[in-house]
Amino acid sequence: MEIVLAIVIGGLYAAGIYMMLRRSLVKLLIGLGLLSYAANLLIFTAARLTRANSPVISEGETALALPYADPLPQALILTAIVIGFGVTAFALALSYRAYKSVGTDDLDKMKGTDT
Amino acid sequence: MNLLLPFPIIISMLTGITALLTYRSRTAQRWLSVIGSAALLGSTIWLLVEVERNGIRATQIGGWPAPYGITLVADLFSAIMLVLTGVIGFTVAVFSLATTDPAHETHGFHPLYHFLLMGVCGAFLTGDLFNLYVWFEVMLMASFVLLALGGERGQLEGAIKYVTLNLVASAIFLAAIGLLYGLAGTLNMADLADKFSNELSKDESGLITTLAILFLVAFGIKAAIFPLFFWLPASYHTPPVAVSALFSGLLTKVGVYAIIRVFTLIFIQETGFTHTLILFIAGLTMITGVLGAVAQYDMRRLLSFHIISQIGYLLMGLGLFTVSGLASAVFFTFHVSIAKTALFFVSGALHHLYGTFDLKKLGGAYQNLPVLATLFLISSLALAGLPPLSGFFAKLGLIQAGLAQESYGIVATALGVSILTLFSMIKIWNEAFWKPLAKSDEITEPARLAGGGTWTILIASIAMLAAVTLIMGLGASPIFALALRAGEQLMNPTAYIQAVMEAVK
Repeated sequence: MEIVLAIVIGGLYAAGIYMMLRRSLVKLLIGLGLLSYAANLLIFTAARLTRANSPVISEGETALALPYADPLPQALILTAIVIGFGVTAFALALSYRAYKSVGTDDLDKMKGTDT
Repeated sequence: MNLLLPFPIIISMLTGITALLTYRSRTAQRWLSVIGSAALLGSTIWLLVEVERNGIRATQIGGWPAPYGITLVADLFSAIMLVLTGVIGFTVAVFSLATTDPAHETHGFHPLYHFLLMGVCGAFLTGDLFNLYVWFEVMLMASFVLLALGGERGQLEGAIKYVTLNLVASAIFLAAIGLLYGLAGTLNMADLADKFSNELSKDESGLITTLAILFLVAFGIKAAIFPLFFWLPASYHTPPVAVSALFSGLLTKVGVYAIIRVFTLIFIQETGFTHTLILFIAGLTMITGVLGAVAQYDMRRLLSFHIISQIGYLLMGLGLFTVSGLASAVFFTFHVSIAKTALFFVSGALHHLYGTFDLKKLGGAYQNLPVLATLFLISSLALAGLPPLSGFFAKLGLIQAGLAQESYGIVATALGVSILTLFSMIKIWNEAFWKPLAKSDEITEPARLAGGGTWTILIASIAMLAAVTLIMGLGASPIFALALRAGEQLMNPTAYIQAVMEAVK
């Protein structure tokens, strides 16, 4: 299972970077989205995939039953997804405004501020 | 729970929220902004005094013990950076009263400004890598909106680059965090340092070095180090001056803070490789930044390139990896943020009078505005490193540390770049202050405009920063002693680890 996910993550990174290297604003955003999905899946996979008990202390016990799944990476991913969602929404709005004011979605034409 | 630590975060958050609630009243927002940032400055100075007296302070939010809870920790380095945030936050708040136009203020300049400060304070205080990511994002979201606020064409083009590069950096940072968690099973920085120095470092050193480079790239994009800085000169000169000044003073420094933190605490196994690489990057950052600056004729673009070259000096202190090197880096960070913000303020004051940032169109400012000219001289000579100003002692410390390590290449680079810095500052002086204005009938115009409340506020905010520079230069000995203690704490992380691990609530 780790192997499959590793290949998927690699594919997502490759696709994301490919999309970002195109000249269109929309493809840039899709590429950014793919990069953040790849990072989230990477955290999920790096924290080990185990079939185990849920990390809840059952009644009458004082500690977790030993083979248990680590809940922390999932909390991290949840936070990262929320942040990624907000940032993507902002980037969409920004690129819409940029498209309106520059009049093109071609990134090569947005060089007015470069030196 | 030690309430002192979350104080700066809470103050900025409350100010931001109340400023948002008083959305309709411009006057109320302005008052709130100044009072809130003054309170922030006060609380950070209090925190610095506390840390200076009682050593490293740490607290666990929520009461869970160390590797599990959310740790806030302040050593001297964090506390000094927080005071810097307070000083810059307060002066920019004052400066923005004069320069921010009403349209920006009614569209949320003040709340965003304080949320940005909250993110910066959080990043300096956190003791946990994932929380560092979250604070980075808080800070970045606020900075994205501040950069794009107003929606001019240049701003939007700059913002696209700024947003893209910073999101890529965040994705790399997040991936590095995931891999680090998979390797060590913890993200608390003190716990990581403890684990890596003991059992893990022997057999996993190759993997740890790879992770170190991933972190260096992620933070390096935010700090604008050598091959990764191109977003900065493309975007920093586009927003209103107050925002440019704030960004130049604080945002890149947060990246530098993160680099120094992880490379003194966690990744100290292969210093022969990582820190030599940092030293190499430092030299290239200095050279490329200053060469970019020399070629510019737009005042804010010139200053933006200078931000990059000064980042090189900060990395040099880290790359040397000695107590005196790190101490000089701490001193330098404080000095350069102050001087840089003051220079951006001067460019804003000139823009207020002449309506342009183009050096070729400026002129005659020395004749008409002697006070502004004096303040510019103080801050620009401080940046170039002339005694008795703060920059001289910062550079002297770095050069002595470099000579002690026999790293002659980087010392020569630093000295050469200093001369080029002085050269480009003289260029601003010649063009904007010394040479006469092209049209004779315009000469009286700036002198007439230079009066009234707005001008007083502009001059007062620049004078505050120039005074800090002068104090840092004239009272260099005790301030450098403080920086030396911060450097000692950074070089010996045992006390840091102990403080975090033993903090119960």
